[in-house]
Amino acid sequence: MDIFLQQILNGLVVGSIYALIALGYTMVYGIMGLINFAHGEVVMFGAMVTITVISALVGAGVSLPGPLLVIIGLLIAIPACMLIGFTIERIAYRPLRGAPRLAPLITAIGLSISLQQVAILIWGRNYIPFPPILNHDVITFLGASITKLQIVIIALCLLIMVGLLTMVEKTKLGRAMRATSQNPAVAGLMGVNVNSIISATFVIGSGLGAVAGVMVATNYDQAHYYMGYMIGMKAFTAAVLGGIGNLGGAVCGGILLGIIESLGAGYIGDLTGGFLGSNYQDVFAFVVLILVLIFRPSGLLGEKLADRA
Amino acid sequence: MTNSTLRGKLGIYLVSAFLLAAQPFLVGGFLGNSWVRIIDFALLYIMLALGLNIVVGFAGLLDMGYIAFYAVGAYTYGLLSSPQFGLHLPFYITIPLGAVCAACFGLLLGTPVLRLKGDYLAIVTLGFGEIIRIFMNNLNQPVNITNGPQGVNLIDPIHLGGLTLGKTMEIGSLSLPVVYLHYYLFLALSVLVVILATRLQRSRIGRAWVALREDDIAAAAMGINIRNIKLLAFALGALSGGIAGGLFASFQGFISPESFGLMESIMILAMVVLGGMGHIPGVVLGAVVLTIAPEILRDTIGPMQMSTFGRMIVDPENARQLLFGLALVVMMLVRPAGMWPSKRRALEFSDAKAKARAQKG
Repeated sequence: MDIFLQQILNGLVVGSIYALIALGYTMVYGIMGLINFAHGEVVMFGAMVTITVISALVGAGVSLPGPLLVIIGLLIAIPACMLIGFTIERIAYRPLRGAPRLAPLITAIGLSISLQQVAILIWGRNYIPFPPILNHDVITFLGASITKLQIVIIALCLLIMVGLLTMVEKTKLGRAMRATSQNPAVAGLMGVNVNSIISATFVIGSGLGAVAGVMVATNYDQAHYYMGYMIGMKAFTAAVLGGIGNLGGAVCGGILLGIIESLGAGYIGDLTGGFLGSNYQDVFAFVVLILVLIFRPSGLLGEKLADRA
Repeated sequence: MTNSTLRGKLGIYLVSAFLLAAQPFLVGGFLGNSWVRIIDFALLYIMLALGLNIVVGFAGLLDMGYIAFYAVGAYTYGLLSSPQFGLHLPFYITIPLGAVCAACFGLLLGTPVLRLKGDYLAIVTLGFGEIIRIFMNNLNQPVNITNGPQGVNLIDPIHLGGLTLGKTMEIGSLSLPVVYLHYYLFLALSVLVVILATRLQRSRIGRAWVALREDDIAAAAMGINIRNIKLLAFALGALSGGIAGGLFASFQGFISPESFGLMESIMILAMVVLGGMGHIPGVVLGAVVLTIAPEILRDTIGPMQMSTFGRMIVDPENARQLLFGLALVVMMLVRPAGMWPSKRRALEFSDAKAKARAQKG
């Protein structure tokens, strides 16, 4: 039983990070109907920039409490990532509106390769360790252990998600976003500046990506130029699992995927009599995804089928 | 067609056939055999890109895990024709077997995703590709099948009786190195794939695929069996990938899961899209350009930096990838319908553009 609880907790931590990144994918998809393949790289830059800022501060002998240092790092990383997201939209997506559907996919992949290479130029090919400034105290809870940091990660993710959902539901910007996602042309007639709404979507999504990147870096204590790939793919899977384009779906999908993955990794050895080990964790996630989509082709909470191949 | 244009066409065919036949000697003579090797790979990628083109270009099904079929073909050849299991089956069994296996995997993937469309299909195929790769990476325990991340080594070259493509062949005074021999084999097969793809496109099946791509409901109303035609697209696309995979394994002599990552799938997709989706000459052009361009960059970036700055400022490998990424972006922005789109697609696109302009203005 305690193993079960432990896996659930682990899954919750990873899952809430997935959810945060998945929101970035799903927001862009909801508005433009496109997969932003460069989003994983935004997450990676968020982690890298934060680590650089913190290391520089620590190196300069600034003695602030750990969490404050992370916040300072975040305050620099978020605008940086927002700028990257804004640029991605300007370069890769805006000129190709109305182009064949796969064209923006290729530009996004091109940008994603370029961003990875820029990261190598700046930070090199090695793993960058997270400076040891955070407290990794373990709290034991019903036989399962969780660090304070992980509790903060979960809480912060939930807070941000609630904030985002409230913004989309209640504010004027949110209403404009929903209008644009339903019908850009009509939204434009109603006085919504569609271009700036799309930019805003990319900027907000990238900001969330930056926060998620920092969380990944703190949780695993390291960052790497290639980290955006796998986590981006998982988050995208999560977004599809929940029904892409649906914000609540992204949150559910992310958390569900995290939990499924860690339960799968924990129990797959027992289930298959030791034939398959926890190295099949990723397979588990994808198999579940495929199964869900076979029985509910539009995702768990999705309503309409994406039909623009 | 008048007599003179017919003769002109024949002339063009003859000249290009001669150039293709002489290519390894020209390229090998002027640039060295490493470039012939790169051209060999370009031919493999032509087969792959044409296979994917059936699925993505003709039938309009976005497949992002295409490399899995290449992997299945390569591993079938590699496992049955190497010291891994001590089996050394001849190529005329392993390559067709690999192709059939790949086609079966195509059906395996195609059957559950029949109802999926667009991006959902993309993500499921992507997941499928990853699943295959993860299995290849981990099937070395408890029973060692694929030898895990180390991959399969010492794979037999293609050989028949005393004839082998694995070492230099002497015909009279003519000496043909390994890369030349493979060039001719791959060229013959690529031409075969081009011809088959062209014939398919113009056949009843090809027209059914286009109908499916444009509007599946209308296609069904016209009496096309959507299920069968989709599965056929997956299976035939996979078949071509499987053949290319077997050739890759025999040519390289070594395979590991690393060669079959998502990035490879994306590269092949980029060849199809960048060349001109659904247009066979365009796809061939895309495959050649995307195989050769990075190699040209590899050869020029280092020396260029040395001559302009007198030292290496940026790691050449790094700069090469960066330029490649940016080139993908720029090429797509300049020609969103691909470098060499079919007339029909080019028209569709200029139509869409005009509409967008009308909306804006």
